[in-house]
Amino acid sequence: MIEVKNLIKEFEGRVVLDDISANFQKGAVNMIIGKSGSGKSVFLKCLVGLIRPTSGEIRYGGRNFLAMKNREMKRLRRDMGMLFQGSALFDSKTVLENVMFPLDVFSRKNQRERRKRAEFCLERVNLLDAADLFPSEISGGMMKRVAIARAIALNPKYLFCDEPNSGLDPKTSQMIDELIQDITRDFNMTSLVVSHDMNSVMNIGDYILFLNEGIKEWEGSKEHIMDSDNDKLNDFVFASDLFKKIKEADAIITGNEANEENRKKLIQRMEEEAKDL
Amino acid sequence: MTITGSLENIGEYALLMKRVLTPPDRMREFFREFFKEMYKLGVNSIWIVVIISFFIGAVIVMQIALNVASPLLPRFTVGAVSREIILLEFSSTIMCLILSGKVGSNVATEIGTMRITEQVDALEIMGINSANYLILPKITAFVAFMPVLVIFSMFLGLYGGYVICYLTGTPPVSTYVYGIQAFFRESFVWYSIIKSMIFGFIIASVAAYYGYSVRGGALDVGRASTDSVVINSILILMTDLVFTQLAMG
Ligand SMILES: Nc1ncnc2c1ncn2[C@@H]1O[C@H](COP(=O)(O)OP(=O)(O)OP(=O)(O)O)[C@@H](O)[C@H]1O
Ligand SMILES: [Mg+2]
Repeated sequence: MIEVKNLIKEFEGRVVLDDISANFQKGAVNMIIGKSGSGKSVFLKCLVGLIRPTSGEIRYGGRNFLAMKNREMKRLRRDMGMLFQGSALFDSKTVLENVMFPLDVFSRKNQRERRKRAEFCLERVNLLDAADLFPSEISGGMMKRVAIARAIALNPKYLFCDEPNSGLDPKTSQMIDELIQDITRDFNMTSLVVSHDMNSVMNIGDYILFLNEGIKEWEGSKEHIMDSDNDKLNDFVFASDLFKKIKEADAIITGNEANEENRKKLIQRMEEEAKDL
Repeated sequence: MTITGSLENIGEYALLMKRVLTPPDRMREFFREFFKEMYKLGVNSIWIVVIISFFIGAVIVMQIALNVASPLLPRFTVGAVSREIILLEFSSTIMCLILSGKVGSNVATEIGTMRITEQVDALEIMGINSANYLILPKITAFVAFMPVLVIFSMFLGLYGGYVICYLTGTPPVSTYVYGIQAFFRESFVWYSIIKSMIFGFIIASVAAYYGYSVRGGALDVGRASTDSVVINSILILMTDLVFTQLAMG
């Protein structure tokens, strides 16, 4: 579990994250959503320690992240896997070498076992065939999958994904989403996924945190996202294509007065539609 | 470039070097990278060193033969003077100026690209000291290979002169060969090798600094690469001045 308390980040006096508190549960896909520029990436980078927050507290399983000594930090880092917005694969290494890299650096196992583990991870993302190719020789969606394989190579407890499906077609992005959900469940990880894609949110989000201009506007589960009376959240949610369609349908069916029953149906349909995309 | 700006750069450079110059976490990984870099930065530079040294050596001998054609000076002076120029300045300083263009831009571009594509962040996330992991093998491999490049350059420079004497006959080959051996001091070779190793350190570390501090996109990587070559050239020339004054003056 990751606990965040009163996190504030300023860049040269400009507040980018304003007093954010949240708890991210184990075995769940936690999603951080918000418009472009709302501070999602900065939030994620604060959590993994790439950016030092101005003030606030971050706890990993109760341990204070910001006060950690070098050695403790290193040990925690081995439990973190991160999927970057642009995949961030090492250009000079093949797909297999990329996945093996964290093992080469950290694992005490011998070469053969490390290779076996890397191949297992590649198989998990269905890319064993591409093992000997270089990142420049594979597609963007494949790169994302390799990056996932690399992120899970050391069997991390925490998985961070910055826009895992930006720039991908709907089919591939759904596949990536489900992959993230499956490995989260399989390995009982605490996953944090930054996204502005409502399809993914409805598909895999267990807990949702909505950021707007650095402020936590809303948090909760996807079942409640439609019930919210937060204007900013509604603006964001209903600006997405998926919800535009559903809102229209909703207006036709219920004559604008959706009762509880209808809402449930609506959510169900929405989920189905998200799956079909 | 303002004064405060350059002071800031020097401070940042020093902080980066503090992170770079620590023992590597994993020796196995370090040596693998070390030999890769030695090949990429060192072995791949041999051809340019060979070509340039040969031609410049030839031109130096030609120029000196033409310009010191005085009855007061013995003919073997041509060989002796050419040798001093090649050993003391050409094979170290001029060679390093050229290498700062080739190796420096290569290092800055590679690390800069890794920076903007978040590969550096990916290393940090894994708990790896990215500065140490990426930069130390480059610096050590290049510095370690420098003597090879310098010796190649010395031999080919002198050989270029030999070929010119052979072709033109001024001075005759035997006089030239006598000249390049006359009053030879071995210490000059060591002086040159040590000097170029220091230049090698400057080239690789300054270029790495520029690459590592890139923020932004592809254009910024290009700018960092150009900046690193300019700054490296200035630093090499200034260091040469100081070094020459200290060692020879
Ligand atoms: N290193 C930095 N220095 C100064 N300002 C920064 C820095 N990094 C981010 N910011 C600012 O913080 C704000 C939030 O940026 P962030 O990258 O977190 O947005 P985001 O929500 O991830 O957007 P997107 O969906 O487009 O990725 C932006 O206004 C950005 O200009
Ligand atoms: Mg972002």
